[in-house]
Amino acid sequence: MKDFIIPDDRDMGTPARVGAPVTLEIDGIAVTVPAGTSVMRAAAEAGIQIPKLCATDSVEAFGSCRLCLVEIEGRRGTPASCTTPVAPGMVVNTGTSRLRKLRRGVMELYISDHPLDCLTCSANGDCELQDMAGAVGLRDVRYEAPENGGLANHFEARNTSGEANPAWMPKDDSNPYFSYDPSKCIVCSRCVRACEEVQGTFALTIEGRGFDSRVSAGGAGDDFLGSDCVSCGACVQACPTATLQEKSIIEMGTPDRSVVTTCAYCGVGCSFKAEMNGDQLVRMTPYKHGKANSGHSCVKGRFAYGYAHHKDRILSPMIRERISDPWREVSWEEALSFAASRLRGLQAEYGQKSIGVITSSRCTNEETYLVQKLARAVFGNNNTDTCARVCHSPTGYGLGQTFGTSAGTQDFASVDHADVVIVIGANPTDGHPVFASRLKKRLRAGAKLIVIDPRRIDLVKSPHVEASHHLPLRPGTNVAVVSAMAHVIVTEGLMNEDFIRTRCDWDEFQHYAEFISDPRHSPEATAMLTGVDPEELRAAARLYATGGNGAIYYGLGVTEHSQGSTTVMGIANLAMLTGNIGRPGVGVNPLRGQNNVQGACDMGSFPHELPGYRHVKGAEVRSIYESLWGVEIDPEPGLRIPNMLDAAVDGSFKGLYCQGEDILQSDPDTKHVAAGLAAMECVIVHDLFLNETANYAHVFLPGSTFLEKDGTFTNAERRINRVRRVIPPRNGYADWEITQMLANAMGANWSYAHPAQIMEEIALTTPSFAGVDYALLEEKGSVQWPCNAEHPEGTPLMHVDGFMRGQGRFIITEYVPTDEKTGPRFPLLLTTGRILSQYNVGAQTRRTDNVVWHEEDLLEIHPHDAEVRGVAEGDWVRLASRSGETTLRATLTDRVSPGVVYTTFHHPDTQANVITTDFSDWATNCPEYKVTAVQVSLSNGPSEWQEDYAEQAALARRILPAAE
Amino acid sequence: MSSPTPATEDIQTILAEHLHLEGPLLPILHALQEAFGHIPKAAHPLITDALNISRAELHGVISFYHDFRDKPAGRHVLKICRAEACQSMGGTVLAEATLAKLGVAWHGTTPNGAVTVEPVYCLGLCACAPAAMLDDRVLGRVDEERMGKLLAEAGA
Repeated sequence: MKDFIIPDDRDMGTPARVGAPVTLEIDGIAVTVPAGTSVMRAAAEAGIQIPKLCATDSVEAFGSCRLCLVEIEGRRGTPASCTTPVAPGMVVNTGTSRLRKLRRGVMELYISDHPLDCLTCSANGDCELQDMAGAVGLRDVRYEAPENGGLANHFEARNTSGEANPAWMPKDDSNPYFSYDPSKCIVCSRCVRACEEVQGTFALTIEGRGFDSRVSAGGAGDDFLGSDCVSCGACVQACPTATLQEKSIIEMGTPDRSVVTTCAYCGVGCSFKAEMNGDQLVRMTPYKHGKANSGHSCVKGRFAYGYAHHKDRILSPMIRERISDPWREVSWEEALSFAASRLRGLQAEYGQKSIGVITSSRCTNEETYLVQKLARAVFGNNNTDTCARVCHSPTGYGLGQTFGTSAGTQDFASVDHADVVIVIGANPTDGHPVFASRLKKRLRAGAKLIVIDPRRIDLVKSPHVEASHHLPLRPGTNVAVVSAMAHVIVTEGLMNEDFIRTRCDWDEFQHYAEFISDPRHSPEATAMLTGVDPEELRAAARLYATGGNGAIYYGLGVTEHSQGSTTVMGIANLAMLTGNIGRPGVGVNPLRGQNNVQGACDMGSFPHELPGYRHVKGAEVRSIYESLWGVEIDPEPGLRIPNMLDAAVDGSFKGLYCQGEDILQSDPDTKHVAAGLAAMECVIVHDLFLNETANYAHVFLPGSTFLEKDGTFTNAERRINRVRRVIPPRNGYADWEITQMLANAMGANWSYAHPAQIMEEIALTTPSFAGVDYALLEEKGSVQWPCNAEHPEGTPLMHVDGFMRGQGRFIITEYVPTDEKTGPRFPLLLTTGRILSQYNVGAQTRRTDNVVWHEEDLLEIHPHDAEVRGVAEGDWVRLASRSGETTLRATLTDRVSPGVVYTTFHHPDTQANVITTDFSDWATNCPEYKVTAVQVSLSNGPSEWQEDYAEQAALARRILPAAE
Repeated sequence: MSSPTPATEDIQTILAEHLHLEGPLLPILHALQEAFGHIPKAAHPLITDALNISRAELHGVISFYHDFRDKPAGRHVLKICRAEACQSMGGTVLAEATLAKLGVAWHGTTPNGAVTVEPVYCLGLCACAPAAMLDDRVLGRVDEERMGKLLAEAGA
C-alpha cells in the first residue's frame, strides 16, 4: 500500500495470531512474534516487506502466487513465507540471489498476461502488481503470443487482424459502485477469500481451472448485481490490481491523503478512512484499526455517501409565516432571529413549557448535548426527547433496572468467544451487517445459533451458517417466549446458582424463581399463544444454559412492543440465571439502530434525565449544571415526543426545534404526528433535506453531514469514536454551530469554538465520561465508557466483578398481551423491519445508488394468505389497520409465517407508519411498531391518504426564488 | 440426447443417499451425472440448499472439473488425447481429421446424437500413442483408419 495512508496501516500479509512468543532471525534481525505467525508477518514486524501478491492480512494465507518465497536454513527448497509458520531459532533469508531470480521469473509470467497500460490504468500508483514488478526488478517479458495460435492472453479484446480473442471478457459494470474488469485479473483469489472469510457471503468463486480460471460472481451467467453479492466492498478492498475498482476512483483518480472518521449509518460505528484527492472525497475505505469493524464495511458506509452532494440538499436557511406559504430563502441572521423571536413569543404567550426540542441520534454527542442544553438552559424546561424514544428506550430502562447501566455489556469483539448466540428480534445481516459478518465468522467456527424472530431471517439459514433452533413466534409474544425459556432453565435446574448467589439479590431471585416456575409459563402452556413448538423452545433454552459462553444480541424486535421493557428485563434475567455476564463471549447486547443513538441517550436527551442517565429530580445533579450554566433547572421531567404531539393537538405545546430527525415518517401513527405538527406555531427543522416533517415547518435550518464536522459518535458497544471534518460544511456551519447561534439569538451567551470544548464540559459534568477528552481519543483511537479515574482507558466489558447497580436484580416478567389484537376485520399481524441497502427513513440512502437494490417498500406475505386474497407476486395491495391504510406491492414468501405480513419503512410514498398504532411500551412509550393488526386486499393504486399527502408535500416544498 | 427433465424427487433421492458422507458434493455430482448424463440445472438450488453452500461455490466446483456436463452428451463419448506424447506421435493430426470428418468442434456432438468428441490430457497410454477412449474403452495406436472403424461402430 502507498504511504499516503497512515504509516502503521501497512499490510502485514497474514492475520495476527495469539500465542506464546517465538524468536527467530530474519535477514540477521531477531524478531519475536506469537506462535502460529507466518514468516511473512514476522518479517513485516521486523520492517522487512517480502514481495507478495496473493497474501493480505485480512484473509488467511493461500500460498498461490509463489512470489513470497524465502530460504530457511536447514530446510530444503524455497517455501512460501505466507504459509510457513515461524519456529524458534529459525534463520530466514528473504533476499538471496536465488530468490530474486525466482521472483523475477514468477513476475515475468504474471506480466505476460497483464496489459501494460499502467499510465492510464485506474490503479496507477495504487497497484500491488505494479509495486511488485518494481520490487523484483522486472525489466523484460520474454513470453510472446504463439505465432499461429491466437493470443493466449486474457487482456486483448482482438488481435492485430481484428479477430476476437475468446479468452477476453468485457468489464462487468452492473454494480453501481465498483467495476469488475477481468482483463486485469491475476487470479490471486483475494476477492473470493475476502467474500468468504471477511464478509461471509460466499458470492464469488474461481470458475474453471488453469489458464481458464476466472473470478465469477454467482453461477454461470450471473453478473455482480445478479449474484449474491451484498456490495460490502471487501473484495474491492482486497484486490491488488484495478480488476475490482471503485467507480469513483476510475472517475476521479487515486487519493493523496486520508482522514480517519466514523460512519454515520448504523450503531456498529465503523471507522473509515475518508480518502481525498485535493479537496474532493474520492473513496471511503474501512479502517483496519477501527475497533468496531476491524477493516470491514457494508454497502452503506463504504459507498452510500453521495447524499452529501445530492441536488436535493438544502444549503440556505429558509422561513415562512405559515406552512401553506412557499419557503423563502433568507440569511442565517434573519432565519435565526425569526426563529428566536417566535419561540420567545410563544413562551411569553403560552408559558415556558410550551416549546421543546428533539435531539438527533445521527448528530454528534457534542451536538446532542447542546440541543438538550438549549432546552434546559435556554428554554428553561425539560422538553427534550430523541428518536431513541421510538427504538431503544426500553433498553435504557430495562437494563438500567436490572444491571444498573443503560447500555450493552460487551464489545463487538466479544462475539469471537461466544459458544451459543441468541439473536432475538434483530436481523443483523441487514441492520448491522458488519457485526453480522463477525458473528457469522464465529458461527462458521462452530458456535451455535438460536434465532427468535417471526421471520426466517437470513441468519436462520445462509451459506455455511444455520441456526440450531429458530423459534418463529407470533409478533407480540416476546415476553411469553423469553419467560418460557427462563421457566425451562429454572425448572430443569440449569441455572448457575453460584453466580446468582454471589452476584444477584438472592431473595429477589427466590421470588422470581417461584413466579417463573409456575406451569403457566411453561413452553407447553404458552405454545398456543406464541405459536412456538415447545420441544424446540426447551431445546433452545437447554442449549443456551449449558452450551458454554452464551451471548444474547437483540434489536428493535424486542423493544418496539407494548411490553418492550419487560422483554429487555426478561433477557437480562436469562443472562443472570445462566451467569452469562461479565466476561468475554457472553452478555446482553442491544444492536442499536442509529449511529449515535447510544450517545444521544447518554447525553441527556430524555426529558427525565440529565447527561449520564441522572434523574432531573436529583437536586445534587441539577446543581452541577445550575452552577456551571448559571440557570435554574426545572426539577420536573419534561414531555416525551408523543406527549409533545398530544399537547400540541390540545393547544398547550406550540414550538419545536427538531434536529436531524424525521418524526413524521419515522414515528407511529403518521396522521396523529401530522395533526400535532400542524397545530404548532413554530416548527424548526434542522436537516440536510426537506424531509417529511419539514412539510409542517416554519423555519428550515440546513444541516451539515458527518463529513463536514468534528465531534464524536458513541456506538452500540459504548465506544466513543471520533468524527473528523473531511470537507468544509456546504451549508456554511457545522450543526453544533447552528444550535449555538440559535441559543445565542435567544439570549444565551455560548462561546464554544470547537467540539473539543463541548466534550470538556461533558467530561466535567458526567461521571461516566470524566476521563474522555479529544487528546485521549487521538491517542487510543476510541474509548468505551465508563471512562474515568476507575477506568482510565475505558471499559470494554461491563459488570466484570459486580453489577453497576451492586447486585443484579431479577424482575418479574408477567406477559400481558398487547391491546392490538387481530379480529375478523384485521386478521393479519404486520411487523416491520429494514433491509441492507436502505437506512431508516431512507433520507440518505434513497439519495444514493443504493436504490438499485430496493426501489420501493414491499409487503411480504405468505403464499397461503396471498392465495385466499387473490394476491399474486407484484400485485398492488391495500394494507389497512385501525389507524389508516396505504398501498404497496406484495411479494409472496414463506419467510413469514401464515398470519404474519412484513414490510420496511424506507420510502415516504409508502408511509408504513400510517398503519401503525399509537400503542406503546408501558414504561417508556416506545411505540409498538412491530405489531399491528391489518387486513390486506387487492388494490388499484395509492390510497386517499397517499394522494392527499403527496399533494400537501408538493405544496409545502415550494421554494420562492431568492430575492435579489 | 433428449432425456426428459429430471424430476425433483429423483434428484432429492440422489441427494439423500449421499448427505451422510463427509464432503458429499463430488459424490453427489458424480451420481447425478451417472443418473442423468449431466448435472441438471434444476439440481443446483437443491444441492446448494441441502449442503448450505452458495451457488458461486457450486459453480466453482462444477466448472473446475471438465467431465461434469451441463447438458447430456451423445450416445457415445470419444476422447482423443492431446497430451505431449500423443501430439508427438500424430495425435494432433488425428484429432483435426476426426473433428473435420464429423463436422464438429471440441465438445461438439454429431447432429444425429451418436458421438460427442472431447479432448483428454493423457490416458496413461503414452507408449501406445496416439491414444483415444471410446466410452469406457481405452485404445492405443489409433490412426485415421482405425478411428473410422470406431466411428462407424458408434454410428456417427
